[in-house]
Amino acid sequence: MSATPTPESTSAEPGGRVERSVTESTGIVPTATDLIASGVEGSVRDQARGYLQRVRNGDMGALPAIAGFVVLFVLFSLLSPYFLTERNFANLLTQAATLVTLGMALTFVILLGEIDLSAGVTAGVTMAIFVVLADPGTFALPWPLALAAALLAGVAIGTFIGFFVSRVGIPSFVVTLGLFLGFQGLQLIIIGDGGLYRIQIPEILAIQNGTMPVWAGWVLLGLVLVVSLLSSLLDRRRRARAGVPNRTIALMWIRLAAIAVVGGIIVAVLSVNRGGAFAAIEGVPIVVPFVLAILFLGTFVLDRTKYGRWLYAIGGNAEAARRSGIKVVNIRWIAFVICSTLAVMAGLFSASKVGSVDAAFGRDIVLSGVAAAVVGGVSLFGGRGRLAHAAVGALVISVITNGLGLLNLPGGVNYLVTGGVLILAATVDAVSRLRAGGSLMRT
Amino acid sequence: MAEPTPGTPLVELIDVHKGFGPVSVLKGVSLTVYPGKVTALVGDNGAGKSTLIKGLAGVQPYDSGQVLVDGRRVDLHGPREAAALGIEVVYQDLALCDNLDIVQNMFLGREETSWGTFDEGRMEREASETLRSLSVRTVKSVRQKVSSLSGGQRQTVAIARSVLKKARLVILDEPTAALGVAQTEQVLALVRRLAEQGVGVLLISHNLADVFAVADDIAVLYLGQMVAQIPAADTDRDDVVAYITGSKSPEGEAA
Ligand SMILES: Nc1ncnc2c1ncn2[C@@H]1O[C@H](COP(=O)(O)OP(=O)(O)OP(=O)(O)O)[C@@H](O)[C@H]1O
Ligand SMILES: [Mg+2]
Repeated sequence: MSATPTPESTSAEPGGRVERSVTESTGIVPTATDLIASGVEGSVRDQARGYLQRVRNGDMGALPAIAGFVVLFVLFSLLSPYFLTERNFANLLTQAATLVTLGMALTFVILLGEIDLSAGVTAGVTMAIFVVLADPGTFALPWPLALAAALLAGVAIGTFIGFFVSRVGIPSFVVTLGLFLGFQGLQLIIIGDGGLYRIQIPEILAIQNGTMPVWAGWVLLGLVLVVSLLSSLLDRRRRARAGVPNRTIALMWIRLAAIAVVGGIIVAVLSVNRGGAFAAIEGVPIVVPFVLAILFLGTFVLDRTKYGRWLYAIGGNAEAARRSGIKVVNIRWIAFVICSTLAVMAGLFSASKVGSVDAAFGRDIVLSGVAAAVVGGVSLFGGRGRLAHAAVGALVISVITNGLGLLNLPGGVNYLVTGGVLILAATVDAVSRLRAGGSLMRT
Repeated sequence: MAEPTPGTPLVELIDVHKGFGPVSVLKGVSLTVYPGKVTALVGDNGAGKSTLIKGLAGVQPYDSGQVLVDGRRVDLHGPREAAALGIEVVYQDLALCDNLDIVQNMFLGREETSWGTFDEGRMEREASETLRSLSVRTVKSVRQKVSSLSGGQRQTVAIARSVLKKARLVILDEPTAALGVAQTEQVLALVRRLAEQGVGVLLISHNLADVFAVADDIAVLYLGQMVAQIPAADTDRDDVVAYITGSKSPEGEAA
């Protein structure tokens, strides 16, 4: 599809249409058959070939991360007898939930070529606010109110960062590094020196420690399939109505089948009793539908709304976006608000998992979040990447943490490996960018 | 075509001034652009060409002077106002996003939606039709990322973007500056085709061969002043060079 076109190639196009010859001065009146190809034409085989071509040109997306995940998964299965158990699998998912959410949060600003180093401490400070407000010994607010306050604090923090980055023009690295330091102090003040708040709210603890009934897991999978199917069909209908070609429908079925198989295996594994004989634990962890909802909603915004498209445009070329009449300042600003707000959700999942919040809560996690996004294929240079990429990247990082933890290695090894993977992923990012640049030079 | 162009001008600038602090860049410039004609704007580096068109684009408003569109006075204070009047600019440094595809670039900032979500089919079709109506033949797929296009193809996309929404005046700032021979040919043919479709074209170029190949009128800016606006057929290369370098001025011929 992306082979270099020769200046006057008027041969048959992939769709099999032959171009009419046109004289120099008369523009042709376009008809349906005169449309330029859109890369969706051809059989499954043609599409697969086009995809391979794009991958070879450096547009790899989450492919390296998926491969890495599979390799690590197999490796740890061989190395540890505990890795491939239902219990550990569920544990892996709940461990990953925080990082997946944080990675998705950070993706919104990384797509702009920005960074939020304070995302972790934002989770920390807002959770500190949450536990202090909800704690029976202090304010004893009803937990929904306390949670609303925490989310509002997240919005406020994002607004604050967005103001300084987008309006004042300070590099996001500097602003958020300042907050990274400052919020650790704030958190210490809120929690108290050496303090620790235990979470006693059953609803909050249930997010990470409770499971849905087994049937609900299957319903969730069905829901994912139905939403996926309906959105595909809707897209196809719109395209058909506009008179432009659709991808062969076989591809849609293949995709749905893949989701059904992978999702089916996951739900089936999670439906097995992984507790003891006395207390049965089975079903999909409650956190899973929450994370999926964020993934779906965020992807919807990024792929199908003006806000999302403009975010990518600014990440690609901010000046071009400005000249197109896009209000660059506002779009940037909102991205930081989204990031901080989702960081609160990541903090909530983490607090639910750990069961308590102390003064150091959330301090170390932000770099893992950045690593998750980058490992998954979100470009640090901005403009390239998807939420699903960050999610896959987060799974890779989590599987490393989880697997190494089972091997009884010294604790430092985990950091070493994760850091190595991050540098590797950033290198892949830079190299694939170079390659895309190389094709730009071809004339 | 050799006659002074008749009919109502599409856009008229009357005595516009623009300065940056103490530096006066445009010192009372007047310019007329007709629909269906290519008006070339030439002048040496720093003469004020880019400054002149930035005012028309609403990116950098003039300090004083009048802008008439269809004989009516308008105020241009932002890119959107200019776009609403049908004024579109293709900038010297291309304003395209490498990470987006051709359709996404052409519709950037004015995407078609229904129910708040993109109508990709409609956008793809309109983009395709616009490229076709300009007889663009070198683009393989409208869903190609712009980063995979050659310089000429990018210029083509930028121009197609400008006429997508029924532009009436298209301003091109040195569209062929970075192009090879064949691609320059293509872009110039595209410029002619725009004019044939009734669009007024204002073309900035340093290449006089290009200018004489496509322009109906030639306007020369010298140190912030319009020293000549003459039909291309009534003048020649040497004449224009003399105006550009200042060795010939409007009042006293051959100063
Ligand atoms: N924002 C600005 N601030 C101060 N001076 C400016 C600004 N923009 C342009 N100028 C000055 O105005 C003069 C005209 O610049 P302009 O870019 O319009 O020239 P030009 O005719 O487009 O030149 P070129 O052919 O090199 O593109 C130059 O002397 C330039 O230094
Ligand atoms: Mg210029």
